[in-house]
Amino acid sequence: MAILDKHTILEKNVTLLAIFAFLVVTIGGIVQIAPLFWLENTIEDVEGMRPYTPLELAGRDIYVREGCYVCHSQMVRPMRDEVERYGHYSLAAESQYDHPFQWGSKRTGPDLARVGRRYSDEWHVDHLTDPQSVVPVSVMPKYGFLSNKLIDGKYVEDVMATHEFVGVPYTDEMIEAGKEDFAAQADPDSDYDGLLERYGEDVQVRNFDGQPGITEMDALIAYLQMLGTLVDFSTFTPDASR
Amino acid sequence: MAKQPNKKQEVGTTGHSWDGIEELNNPLPRWWLWTFYICIVYAIGYSIAYPAWPGINKATAGFLGFSTRGQVAEEIAAVETKLAPMNDKLASVELASISGDAELNGFAQSAGAAVFKTWCAQCHGDGAAGAKGYPNLLDDDWLWGGAIEDIHFTITHGIRNEDDPEGEARYSEMPAFGRDEILEKEEIAQVVSYVMSLAPGSTPADASMVEAGAVVYEDNCAACHMEDGTGDRMQGAPNLTDAIWLYGGDYDALMETVTNARYGVMPNWNTRLSEAEIRAVATYVHSLGGGE
Ligand code: HEC
Ligand code: HEC
Ligand code: HEC
Repeated sequence: MAILDKHTILEKNVTLLAIFAFLVVTIGGIVQIAPLFWLENTIEDVEGMRPYTPLELAGRDIYVREGCYVCHSQMVRPMRDEVERYGHYSLAAESQYDHPFQWGSKRTGPDLARVGRRYSDEWHVDHLTDPQSVVPVSVMPKYGFLSNKLIDGKYVEDVMATHEFVGVPYTDEMIEAGKEDFAAQADPDSDYDGLLERYGEDVQVRNFDGQPGITEMDALIAYLQMLGTLVDFSTFTPDASR
Repeated sequence: MAKQPNKKQEVGTTGHSWDGIEELNNPLPRWWLWTFYICIVYAIGYSIAYPAWPGINKATAGFLGFSTRGQVAEEIAAVETKLAPMNDKLASVELASISGDAELNGFAQSAGAAVFKTWCAQCHGDGAAGAKGYPNLLDDDWLWGGAIEDIHFTITHGIRNEDDPEGEARYSEMPAFGRDEILEKEEIAQVVSYVMSLAPGSTPADASMVEAGAVVYEDNCAACHMEDGTGDRMQGAPNLTDAIWLYGGDYDALMETVTNARYGVMPNWNTRLSEAEIRAVATYVHSLGGGE
């Protein structure tokens, strides 16, 4: 087979070797990645999913900034033990507005994909401030400093616009009202009708850390308390063949 | 060394030669080659039996009809069917009769312990001994009642949450006497001294304030914590005379409690746990030492 004898050309010419290696990796990559864009089970549409509210989005940024994903995954795998411990297994659609997704790869702490509404806000404040006060054996670091940092959503509209750019369906109206919605969600005495209209009746509006002012703690807890709560599994049964 | 020239004649070379070093064309070991062929055949079979090849909008399903979602649903269904007789019984009998039925009680205890470790330990502690703000469930001091029916109700609907679909969460709210300017700072210090005089084992910071504190107590606190300070379970108002403190019994903690009040929240479990699971964990908690 004459063509097989030609490999010496590649082996002796480093530029050519680089070009052909690149070609091989490209084909391999396309074969693995491209079908994910059209296979039905990876683009399943699920009722209840909505983009993050501005406050949740800010909380999510803090989650990423603090590297919570290093110790926590957000992906309940379809296995009996996980479903019994955490709740319904995660669906691809539940991370469709995550850029980047937070599936994680290591569980030093528990999975957080369904932590929303599982604990009280007070518990989250206690736990984030001093994890060992509620779980004496915990190795989680203390994040009490989040309570000291006031935030005003100065850049939240830009962050939303960036998410819109990569495909999250934020409307112009949502982006324009970004700062307003940001403040409204943490203040139960505000006029938050617009927020509920834009993001749905189930948005949780309250003073998450129980202290005056909007801190990073408020934003992070708002994010934690909505995780995994959007899809109503009492009415939605995922298609088993997927 | 002497063998090499023979070997070269025997198997030949691949024709590769670098700086005069040549590569022998040894055949692959037979066991290796056959393992390789078997792997190829297995892979083809596997990709026919299981989901594999991507198509336009679906991957081939595989003739075994396997899916991870299907598998986990089956596994859960299998366990549920196995436990159904016990769970159905647990969910339907009179709550008070569970502890009298040895078999049912044993089942409820071990199921309840598992539920507790998974869903309750983060707040109430691994061994149910609680932490500041999260009550100890081992003792016989109950905020809302220690009969099995009370415990069952507390767990089902939770406390002071807004998520209970039936809106039955236990509710009460102690006023924030300082923050909302109901009492002067002086009066708060007095009533705190009085409270400290009630509990065995603590002595008031300033004994001269106790008398004035008793009057403040009578006017502001007795409606919930009762005249004698033993509390009111209808309102989840703690007994102040038993030296068991949810938020701390020293002067500073008590000042904080009376100034800003406390508002302990527990989630409702009726949306996360089945009736049988709630009854199991109620039975478990009831048996921990303080059940009434
Ligand atoms: C060093 C690893 C580590 C890091 C970093 C970390 N955690 Fe944890 N986390 C843990 C461990 C271990 C636990 C389990 C013990 C406990 O509850 O404290 C835990 C528990 C939790 C829980 C309770 C989960 C449950 O279901 O019981 C939450 C919520 C949580 N962490 C949030 C966070 C957030 C938010 C961050 C980032 C600000 C973070 N963690 C960073 C290790 C970590
Ligand atoms: C988010 C934290 C949290 C979790 C999780 C939690 N609890 Fe509680 N629980 C509390 C708090 C706080 C109180 C006290 C509320 C108050 O101040 O009245 C409480 C009170 C109780 C009481 C009433 C005690 C009394 O003295 O009357 C019982 C019983 C109880 N919990 C059982 C459970 C069980 C069982 C679970 C698990 C299924 C559980 N709790 C999970 C926070 C929690
Ligand atoms: C409307 C009813 C009500 C009134 C009036 C009231 N309390 Fe309370 N009190 C409660 C409730 C309910 C709790 C429990 C709060 C919780 O569990 O989060 C509580 C808790 C406390 C505690 C904490 C006990 C512990 O174990 O840590 C103290 C101390 C206390 N009250 C003192 C007072 C004093 C002093 C007054 C009067 C100045 C007063 N209370 C008036 C309802 C009331």
